[in-house]
Amino acid sequence: MAEKKSADFEKSLERLEQLVGEMESGQLTLEEMIKHFEEGSGLVKSCTKKLNEVEQKIEKLVKKDGELSTEPFGIKEQPE
Amino acid sequence: MNSERKIYSVAEVNRKARMVLESGIGEVWVEGELSRVTLHSSGHWYFTLKDAQASVSCAMFRNDNAKVPFKPKDGMKVQMLARPSLYEVSGRYQLIASAMEEAGKGSLQEQFEKLKKKLADEGLFDASRKKPLPVLPRKIGVVTSPTGAAIRDIINVLTRRFPNIGILLVPAKVQGVGAENGIAKAIDYLNSRGDIDVMIVGRGGGSIEDLWCFNEEIVARAIARSEVPVISAVGHEIDFTISDFVADVRAPTPSAAAELAIREKTDFETELALYRRRLGQNLKTMESNLRLRLNRAAHSYVFREPQNLLLRHRQNIQGLEAQMGSLLRFGVQQAQQRVDEIGMLLKHRTESRLAMDRQRTEKLAAQLRMLNPLAVLGRGYSLTYKADGRVVRRAHDLAAGERLTTRLAEGKVISTVEEIE
Repeated sequence: MAEKKSADFEKSLERLEQLVGEMESGQLTLEEMIKHFEEGSGLVKSCTKKLNEVEQKIEKLVKKDGELSTEPFGIKEQPE
Repeated sequence: MNSERKIYSVAEVNRKARMVLESGIGEVWVEGELSRVTLHSSGHWYFTLKDAQASVSCAMFRNDNAKVPFKPKDGMKVQMLARPSLYEVSGRYQLIASAMEEAGKGSLQEQFEKLKKKLADEGLFDASRKKPLPVLPRKIGVVTSPTGAAIRDIINVLTRRFPNIGILLVPAKVQGVGAENGIAKAIDYLNSRGDIDVMIVGRGGGSIEDLWCFNEEIVARAIARSEVPVISAVGHEIDFTISDFVADVRAPTPSAAAELAIREKTDFETELALYRRRLGQNLKTMESNLRLRLNRAAHSYVFREPQNLLLRHRQNIQGLEAQMGSLLRFGVQQAQQRVDEIGMLLKHRTESRLAMDRQRTEKLAAQLRMLNPLAVLGRGYSLTYKADGRVVRRAHDLAAGERLTTRLAEGKVISTVEEIE
């Protein structure tokens, strides 16, 4: 799951490069051009969304009574 | 005698002895077996070092023993760097150790080279084993001390580059006894979670003993079997550990590891904006090209008056429709006419046939009428029969007094012959 999602983003960027490259080749018909534009615009949008989807969270793993859990971790509270 | 005598206190003599011992021998490497090991709650270690011939009391203070990468046990053979000294309080001679290695394992450098060769021969350092780092990791795992400089540097750099990044720190001891086990477990744990896309394993700078746990085989194996890409970040630029060789990427420092773990968010945004612009630009270029072509075409003869052309087409179509309609209508009419014609013909034929038949009948009837002897009577002729019924044709056939029957058109007359002429 984790790899899939981060790989999706990477694939989207690759696909964008491909789409734009094809568009710049001057070999496309208007119809193909519009299709490329639509697919590319969709990818830009979903990628932008993914950039902001990542949740900001800085956590530390703790072990309480043998159970693993996480708690917020702030570096400013830590001693030098 | 007494006045010449220099009297020392016990403390004084012990101190003097200590100074002689310390300056006279200095630091030496000494090898022996550990016994009576006491790991004091103060953090200092006390033990006896012995071999077949002799034994000596030893101490290793907290600051020094923190760097020893193993736990001393009775019976363990060690080499240690120590200076002979004297515990002034009891006057006991002892060795103060500042470094300790397991004997038989060779020096740290030898151990390092030996393990490095072994793992290299297994192919653990091969470039083909290196996993690529994800472009956009959702969550970054960090295995290091929660109190060291490394974690601060890593978090600072990560959050500066990508403000909404997810980070999970798995606290681990990064020096001293048993540190390697904790590091290996932390790496395995991060793999078991399933939400970690990349991890940083490391610590800040220190002596070779401080960094030693990253030269342990158990850590190397944990990194090698990690499904999650591992960035190693141990010590400074000049420090190379076994972990660095096994990791997918070696970062010279923890800060550098953070920089490798994720690109700057603005980088991504710039790249995406560029793609957006190129997409739009390409479409626009095509649009204006097409418009140009369209304009050129529009000014050509054929399209100069598109309305007319359209009208002409429409007229054509309407004409065709009309033609088709009239053709259809014509067809129907023709068919109808033909049916009518046939009908009339039939009627005509029948009628003329009837007329003809009637005519013929009449003619025949007339003929018959003419042939009918009785018919003549109508015109005033009459027929005269003798008594035997024969028709009288010649007067000579008759005799006077003969009885005759005369048939008229209407009725009969009976008469008697008077005379024959």
